Amino acid sequence: MTERQVFGPLALSAHALAVGRGGIALAQGLEFSVQNGKCLLLRGPNGVGKSTLLLTLAGIVEALDGGFSLDGATAEDGPLLHYCGHRNAIKPRLSVLENLDFWAQLNGPTGAASLEALETIGLEHVAGLDAGYLSAGQGRRLALARLLVSARPLWLLDEPTAALDTEGHDLVTRLIDAHLDAGGLVVAATHDPITPADPNRVETLVMAGGH
Amino acid sequence: MSAFAAVIARELRLSIRTGGDVLTLVLFFVMIGVVVPFAVGPDRDLLARLAPGVVWIAAFLSMLLGLDRLFRADHEDGTLILLRHADLPFSAIVAAKVIAHWIVSAVPLIVASPLLAVMLALDGAAFWRVVLSLLVGTPALAALGAIGAAVTVSIRRGGLIAPVLILPLAVPVLIFGVGAISTGPGPDLSGSALLFLAAISLITLALSPFAAALAISSGED
Repeated sequence: MTERQVFGPLALSAHALAVGRGGIALAQGLEFSVQNGKCLLLRGPNGVGKSTLLLTLAGIVEALDGGFSLDGATAEDGPLLHYCGHRNAIKPRLSVLENLDFWAQLNGPTGAASLEALETIGLEHVAGLDAGYLSAGQGRRLALARLLVSARPLWLLDEPTAALDTEGHDLVTRLIDAHLDAGGLVVAATHDPITPADPNRVETLVMAGGH
Repeated sequence: MSAFAAVIARELRLSIRTGGDVLTLVLFFVMIGVVVPFAVGPDRDLLARLAPGVVWIAAFLSMLLGLDRLFRADHEDGTLILLRHADLPFSAIVAAKVIAHWIVSAVPLIVASPLLAVMLALDGAAFWRVVLSLLVGTPALAALGAIGAAVTVSIRRGGLIAPVLILPLAVPVLIFGVGAISTGPGPDLSGSALLFLAAISLITLALSPFAAALAISSGED
């Protein structure tokens, strides 16, 4: 990313947050707060509620108890977050570029241009290819490109490095670093080591199955 | 291009490139028209009298069968979750999808309706009434269908549940749709039937995006 967009002050904080699916609590009493330029890594074994926490923060699943708030945002700002889940939301029969352009139009082309974003994530050579032919790792990269074409301060990443090669891990680290530089916030659930340049910007929330 | 137009453009592009779905429904629609004359015999008067009902049953069933693709694919590949964080309100996105769904599932039927008119021995004036009543009535089917598809989208293999759910709600569309075509016996009420049909279409189109968006959001948990 060449342009550095600075986001307004924003803080995500959770108080005694309990999350779960289908009425069954997976994680309780979660306390954390993330400010501009900070990254919160969620760690813990499978099934401990990392994905559910991200879905809750994205407003898709309702919190079972407690709450969380995004402070500093006004209603005029529009949607503030990008959610990047397990599923890549890529349409076969549309080309890679068409897929990305669609998201740029839908979420507002406020970030990098589509081609520029494809270059950043290393898919510029397949821009015209039917997205159905992408490998799992390439699909993941395309899903990450969506975060770049529309600038939003809060990134919720669920296993961003899944299916990526080692170079891809570096890419995710670079993207997160650049986003933090621009004053963005990141909450990421991951099993892989993500080590941004400045360790002070990273906090880790270890979630253990406290049942 | 605005986000609303982008959603419509994407849906149209996808269905044109996939192709098969649209063709299947059109063939199904025409097939009913082909089968009925064989079933009731080659009595032209009888066929012409049955024609309004047959055309609407054919359109009704083909539109209900095509419902499942409205949200299912987007649900399965995770697009539906992301659409909820778009700049556009989610109900506006649903409205765009309903419009696109109408274009790909109802317009081909209307284009294919001359075939049915020939099979069912409809005269010229009656044919134009068929086209008009399909044009006015099918948006209501698309809108009602969107609610059914939204309620059942989180059910795996719930493909045929949506038509069953929607059927009772769609019966008025069928009644007034047929009413707008047939002129007798008795006084000609096709004009007022057409107005009723238009009213049903407008009301369902206005309400269904909100209902469908709510159904999808609450179905996710």
